[in-house]
Amino acid sequence: MTYAPSARQQERFAYRRRQAIRSVLLAALSTAVVGVLFAVGITGSPGWPRVKQSFLNVDVATKYLPDILDGFWLNIQLFLVCAPLALLLGLLMAVLRTLRGPVFFPVRAIATGYTYMFRGLPLIITIYLFAFGLPGLRLQGTPDVLVLGGAAITITYGSYLAEVFRAGIESVHPSQIAAARSLGLSYRQAMRHVVLPQAVRRVAPPLLNDVVSMQKDVGLISLAGPIDAIRSAQIGQAGSANFTPYVVAAVLFILLALPLIVITDRVTLRAARTQNAGI
Amino acid sequence: MLLSCTDVRKTFGDHVVLDNLGLEVAEHEVVALIGASGSGKSTLLRCVNLLTGIDDGTIHLDGEEITDPKVNPDLVRQKIGLVFQSYNLFPHMTVLDNITLAPTRVHGKSATEARELAMQWLDRVGLADKAKAFPDGLSGGQQQRVAIVRALVNSPRLLLLDEVTSALDPELVGEVLSMIRDLKAEGMTMVLATHEMGFAKQVADRVVFLDAGRVLEQGPPAQVLGDPVEPRTRQFLARIIEAGRL
Repeated sequence: MTYAPSARQQERFAYRRRQAIRSVLLAALSTAVVGVLFAVGITGSPGWPRVKQSFLNVDVATKYLPDILDGFWLNIQLFLVCAPLALLLGLLMAVLRTLRGPVFFPVRAIATGYTYMFRGLPLIITIYLFAFGLPGLRLQGTPDVLVLGGAAITITYGSYLAEVFRAGIESVHPSQIAAARSLGLSYRQAMRHVVLPQAVRRVAPPLLNDVVSMQKDVGLISLAGPIDAIRSAQIGQAGSANFTPYVVAAVLFILLALPLIVITDRVTLRAARTQNAGI
Repeated sequence: MLLSCTDVRKTFGDHVVLDNLGLEVAEHEVVALIGASGSGKSTLLRCVNLLTGIDDGTIHLDGEEITDPKVNPDLVRQKIGLVFQSYNLFPHMTVLDNITLAPTRVHGKSATEARELAMQWLDRVGLADKAKAFPDGLSGGQQQRVAIVRALVNSPRLLLLDEVTSALDPELVGEVLSMIRDLKAEGMTMVLATHEMGFAKQVADRVVFLDAGRVLEQGPPAQVLGDPVEPRTRQFLARIIEAGRL
């Protein structure tokens, strides 16, 4: 027999449809009202013409866009190099912190000290210390400030990522290690094949969140001197006595973050769904 | 003797879990460990598998002292299979990957070889169609049978089963027990901690009653379960009968 919804069920459908239409209309109306209020409030403010002139100047934007884009390419490159390195460093430090036994005390101490120190140290100071302090030692083969600044960003973010990885590792139930060890796997093999894959899956959303935050903080490299998007914008601002170049750089950073943010949201949603699969 | 535990002592803080415990298991023998919760059944199995260190005594497997600190525990565990109450399958791996992990990573088998072996076993226990499934998609009984297969593909000398049916719905217990019965027919040496007295009666060659970390009484199932000598054993069995489990 084929199923046909009962009269009662059809009533429910009709009611829900009416409710849905009503809420869409309400949402549209309130969005429009808020939008108009904002527009009127901002453009009607006494200082608006001046703000528009010095922050949203199309001529200035067009003039400095190529330079800022050039600088932005440096940010992208730096991010593409630093993000995987920071993830690797974080993973390594997290695993080192989980090692047991007196033999590993120094390793554990270094890993723990590392996460304590670099999570507490402001990134700006770390960049200064690396980019200007290290070359001051006048050692042979001291790399470029770009490399040193990149290292500061990588090491700082590595310490945050290490803690996220560690939370993931500790969230895997000890019975999983027991099962792996009972099969004859060594601690390393149990970690690599059983614990880490589960840990990383679980903490993927917060890891990605830190990566999103990292993509904008690569802009702090400008403090060390290299001409990235922010430094170029600053040069543009100095040359034109206009703040529009900063707004241009800001838009570029937001555009770069968008795909990552969308991916993070998707992964978070998927993780939530798998965890609640049984409910 | 395949397994000899002599004067084994294990404490957690002030609590003595295993108290000068002695147990011998011959090759092809099936020994059922019974006793109240906290009597030391699971701890004994974990000690034999070296998942937990002991505080005194010795354990020999195949004549070799496995509690010697110079012995590599990974090599000992390769000869002993352990199956857990809560299955402990790896949730991020398919059934097939769960089973082939140790053969490929520990026993040096090729991926193809391991896969064929795993499929033979899955076929035997009627789970071949679940090879690509993830543990979450299986019933408890199916998961536990996969867990047993995962231990068996490594051809262990000794199989330890830790209350493998305790987490299962009653109608799923049978499929796991019949698998264990088949293993006995093939001569697998097994030590099983269990609350299934009826099953212990059928399948075990010997029943060992543990009380407060000691072997209080042991012998053929009919004697220990039917006509126990020790008052503590009688008490325990009376409670089991009261609960309708024998």
